[in-house]
Amino acid sequence: MSTKTPKIEMKDVRKAFGEKCVLNGIDLTVNKGESLVIIGGSGTGKSVTLKCVLGLMKPDSGSIMIDGVETTTMNQKERDALMGKFGMLFQGGALFDSMKVWENIAFGLIQGKKMNADEAHDIALEKLRQVGLAQQTGNLFPAELSGGMQKRVSLARAIATNPEIIFFDEPTTGLDPIMADVINDLISECVKDLGATALTITHDMSSARKIADHVAMIYEGQMIWDGPVGQLYDSKNSYVEQFIHGRADGPISKHS
Amino acid sequence: MLKIMQSFNKDSVIDFPAYVAQTIGGSILSFLQSIGALAAFIGKATAKSFSPPFYPRLIMKQFIDIGYYSLPVVGMTALFTGMVLALQSYTGFTRFNAEGAIAGVVALSVTRELAPVLAGLMVAGRVGASIAAEIGTMRVTEQIDALITLSVNPFKYLIAPRVIAGTLMLPILVLMGDIIGIYGGYIVSIYNLDFSSGTYIAQTWDILEKMDVLSGLIKAAVFGFIVSMMGCYHGFNSGRGAQGVGTATTYAVVSASILILISNYILTQVFFS
Repeated sequence: MSTKTPKIEMKDVRKAFGEKCVLNGIDLTVNKGESLVIIGGSGTGKSVTLKCVLGLMKPDSGSIMIDGVETTTMNQKERDALMGKFGMLFQGGALFDSMKVWENIAFGLIQGKKMNADEAHDIALEKLRQVGLAQQTGNLFPAELSGGMQKRVSLARAIATNPEIIFFDEPTTGLDPIMADVINDLISECVKDLGATALTITHDMSSARKIADHVAMIYEGQMIWDGPVGQLYDSKNSYVEQFIHGRADGPISKHS
Repeated sequence: MLKIMQSFNKDSVIDFPAYVAQTIGGSILSFLQSIGALAAFIGKATAKSFSPPFYPRLIMKQFIDIGYYSLPVVGMTALFTGMVLALQSYTGFTRFNAEGAIAGVVALSVTRELAPVLAGLMVAGRVGASIAAEIGTMRVTEQIDALITLSVNPFKYLIAPRVIAGTLMLPILVLMGDIIGIYGGYIVSIYNLDFSSGTYIAQTWDILEKMDVLSGLIKAAVFGFIVSMMGCYHGFNSGRGAQGVGTATTYAVVSASILILISNYILTQVFFS
């Protein structure tokens, strides 16, 4: 296990916005085929961590390796090529509202991988089926769908290019508990089917329990705990205890 | 003011002159910073407009959005500007018995100045605002981030088509505006001021030179570039939420309008001095 190159490896990653230091030396390792869930409160740096790995933000210092290759010093071309390995499910879905559902799902195939439209259309419908939506949905516009359906379509778009690494940004936020569970099931299913590595950020504990192999907790820009999901409720860490049980009192201040 | 000074005396960590200097210095620095960011953005957007992959279908769509759908607005503006110009020059010029100069005044003013500048301002309101709102909304809803994760460069996919279409379509709009504007002057002169149609047309042809029209079209291309670039820049850097998009739209229109007026002066100086 230790001889294998980790899929994602972050070392001492720091990022500040003006005076405000958001990431204060993040260390993180995700092995191939593993699903890591990062938990933490709002404003603790979860999203920024994710965006740094994705390359949407550039860290001030530190190293981020994907498959053992340093990404922080990459030029645009290498970065574009790297993006082909990634799939991302955005918190708000981020579906292109000017395009039909199937065009959204096929977008990465047609524009990114230069596949012809007919072939991409077939794959899009197959992915729609995989996330439990009817074929006819493909001809609707995102605005005509409910929140849960939009999440499914976003998931279909994220997995359409068969990515090696999939990122999930608060996948269950804004959904009712039942729909949230459905999406969690779909996520674990899709990740297993693809054999992909998954990195999820969430503050929804039932989601974390369901999706994760490993869990890491971020607080004030640092990883304060990580371990297998089985140990999460036996962590002996007062920060983790407070967070997973959702207590107002504890070491985590109420103001952040 | 007194209150501010008192509060500083109490704290006595920083004194008042230092506070003033800091505020002035800070705003100058942030001004220079935004100029630098804008220059970098324009450089990048221009470079990406000339390098593959191109998106012909998206460029066509922008041609129609920016060009075709702006025709009514630009046409109306040109028509009534030409008409009012003829009317105003008539009331002024009769005082010097110079009614014969009306055709020339209308033709030169419309082609050199009014058609490009007014079309530029109208398009800034119509197109610049919609570009900023659309791209700003895409920024706020993470659609731009989604583009990047799907291996598509937003500069090439979103910005280049708009800048290309803006720069190429505005001259065409202005050319039509020239014709409609001169025609507006013609209508008023013939039907309202009782000029002879033949003389009016002959006078227009006599005075108009290639450079008059050409300079107007070059101006139009520059204004089209400014409008689309400002829309894209402010949309792309939009702040969060509905308020961010609203501010981006306002900035796009205001900055485009001001830059049009400034660059109009500079271009006129270059062309005709």
